[in-house]
Amino acid sequence: MITIFGIPGPLLFGQLLLGLINGAFYAMLSLGLAVIFGMLNIINFAHGALFMMGAFVSWMLLNYLGIGYFPALILSPLLVGIFGIILEKTVISRLYKLDHLYGLLLTFGLSLVIEGLFRNAYGSSGMPYRIPNILQGATNLGFMYMPNYRGWVVVAALVVCISTWAIIEKTSLGATLRAATENAPLVQAFGVDVPRLITLTYGGGIALAAFAGVLAAPIYSVNPNMGTNFINTVFAVVVIGGMGSIMGSILTGFGLGVIEGLTKVFYPQASATVVFLVMVIVLLVRPRGLFGKAA
Amino acid sequence: MILTRRSALATAAAAVSIQPIRPVRAQAPTIKIGVLNDQSGPYTNTSGIASVICTKQALEDFGAATRGLNVEVISADHQNKPDLAVSITRQWFDRDGVDVLLDVPTSSVALAVQSVAREKNKVYLNVGAASSALTGAQCSPNLIHWCYDTYMLSKSTGGAMVKAGGDSWFFLTADYAFGKQLQDDTSILVKAAGGKVLGSAPYPFPGTSDFSSFLVQAQSSGAKVLGLCNAGADTVNSIKQAHEFGVNSSMKIAALLMFITDVHALGLDTAGGLNLTESFYWDLNDRTRAFTKRVLPKTPKNYPNMIHAGCYSATLHYLKTVADMGAAEAKKDGVATINRMKAMPVQDDCFGTSKIREDGRNMVTAYLFEVKSPNESKGPWDYYKLKVTTPGDEAYRPLAQGHCPLVKA
Repeated sequence: MITIFGIPGPLLFGQLLLGLINGAFYAMLSLGLAVIFGMLNIINFAHGALFMMGAFVSWMLLNYLGIGYFPALILSPLLVGIFGIILEKTVISRLYKLDHLYGLLLTFGLSLVIEGLFRNAYGSSGMPYRIPNILQGATNLGFMYMPNYRGWVVVAALVVCISTWAIIEKTSLGATLRAATENAPLVQAFGVDVPRLITLTYGGGIALAAFAGVLAAPIYSVNPNMGTNFINTVFAVVVIGGMGSIMGSILTGFGLGVIEGLTKVFYPQASATVVFLVMVIVLLVRPRGLFGKAA
Repeated sequence: MILTRRSALATAAAAVSIQPIRPVRAQAPTIKIGVLNDQSGPYTNTSGIASVICTKQALEDFGAATRGLNVEVISADHQNKPDLAVSITRQWFDRDGVDVLLDVPTSSVALAVQSVAREKNKVYLNVGAASSALTGAQCSPNLIHWCYDTYMLSKSTGGAMVKAGGDSWFFLTADYAFGKQLQDDTSILVKAAGGKVLGSAPYPFPGTSDFSSFLVQAQSSGAKVLGLCNAGADTVNSIKQAHEFGVNSSMKIAALLMFITDVHALGLDTAGGLNLTESFYWDLNDRTRAFTKRVLPKTPKNYPNMIHAGCYSATLHYLKTVADMGAAEAKKDGVATINRMKAMPVQDDCFGTSKIREDGRNMVTAYLFEVKSPNESKGPWDYYKLKVTTPGDEAYRPLAQGHCPLVKA
């Protein structure tokens, strides 16, 4: 058997693949953050809580209304996205003219409130959510036993990430959005309703988080803290990728997933820290992040 | 409203005049019990508010008010942070006049507040934490460790695994005081029985929610048993993911610390067939059912587990001791109170009768349960069937092996 640094080859390939799967979650969450920061200049700390809401809404749909996984994959992001739009309209929109710090504090507070409400109602142990029947089971890849559901997660995440990137970078809607970020008054002068555009963008970013939440529900227990575990890492991903850079956050998300996966083999104790180590190095060498545009 | 000097003065005067006039009277000293645990993190359901409710239940069942005892229960969230817990504890002892520190899950936190309780000579009744070091090398004359520990868990659950032929182990371990102690205690047991430990993956706690890569490592180690040295939401996630990766078909899973609340979170589909150890189960006998019936209306979504029952039992025993020695005496000297508690036999609905050893270990009976399959379960929270009963004398680490400095050789 081949061994690499004393680790059997098959084990290492397995870890690379698992790293990609985790990276898929990082990519989806950081993508939403990057879109929101890029367009609204809001550092959305409530992202983790809304990711958790996505998972909870799919659990509620199943347990209260009997609506299964695949409809929930559409419905849950839609419902949570609408919730996001209400948040944006009622509170967040008041902060656009102020310093970033206020947005960060407000969304951080919102996330504490949302998580607190769910904890009060459902406790912290979490709720079981079954993997849908069609994605049950696993495939033997030779070097590892690959659960079908995890494979599905990578595919779904890739499709969503690439389509989001394409919408923003390649369509006329995306072009308007980017223009509105550069110079809102001018775009408004062309007859575009910029405030509505911004509201919908926030809703879209939140829907991405909720989509990731639905994907995560069958893997992790659906519990109020599930977002908190992710959010710090995801912020590091956004910073490393370059604040507001769409492609940057996708590539960095997958890349850091892999780095973290490898750390889990060589020195598991450091697996929670390695992402931040990378962040420090990147910030020292390229203060605007790997894919950030120069000032 | 525009605040003028006159209106400000008027408001101030009004505020002064509505101060209540306190009656002056000689008061019986108030006993204060501080429940310190996790009320927002991974151990919220295993301890949390339900622990506070069970503590108050003990006050009610004891009839503290009718016996002329003033008892007050306060609580705080330590967020699993030792530094925060130490500062809350100091504040409680120095400023708020707390006499008893109760519950304190999360072993790193439990060990950190141990020295504070000793320094201030208070009563420390640890229920929630698992580490057997609390009554071992780090034991204290101010502490009683109530209803379980890592040694008892590894002996009961781990011992059953080894007996069933599980002679090679791989550990998935939360990288802090509790996980390490549980792994050490279990490793000693496995090796003593002629088994082998093939590896371990210590993962960062808290904050790890994906265990897949550790599970794949465990699988490739070729070990027969996967020992989970973690608790709460971590255990739930690791078992769930072990099923996803088919680890349960190639290895036996030993959930070394698991509570009924975790079983509830997993669902019987996944948890069915697992072995676990608790010293309390709500449906064990008439007395445990009666206790559960009393507390359940106050905590309907969270059935009591052994930690909750332990908070009840510890408080009840403490109150009996206070009634015996007098509140003023009990408040004065923590060590004397603990010694009196050790001298009295413990007797309550949750754990029956037990005695407390000189190192502070309360020797309650340990029960090995098997989780029922969905077909076997007849009603809500009907989850366990009893397999093995280990009496208190045999369940815990022998006194000599603990190296507690309090125990004279």
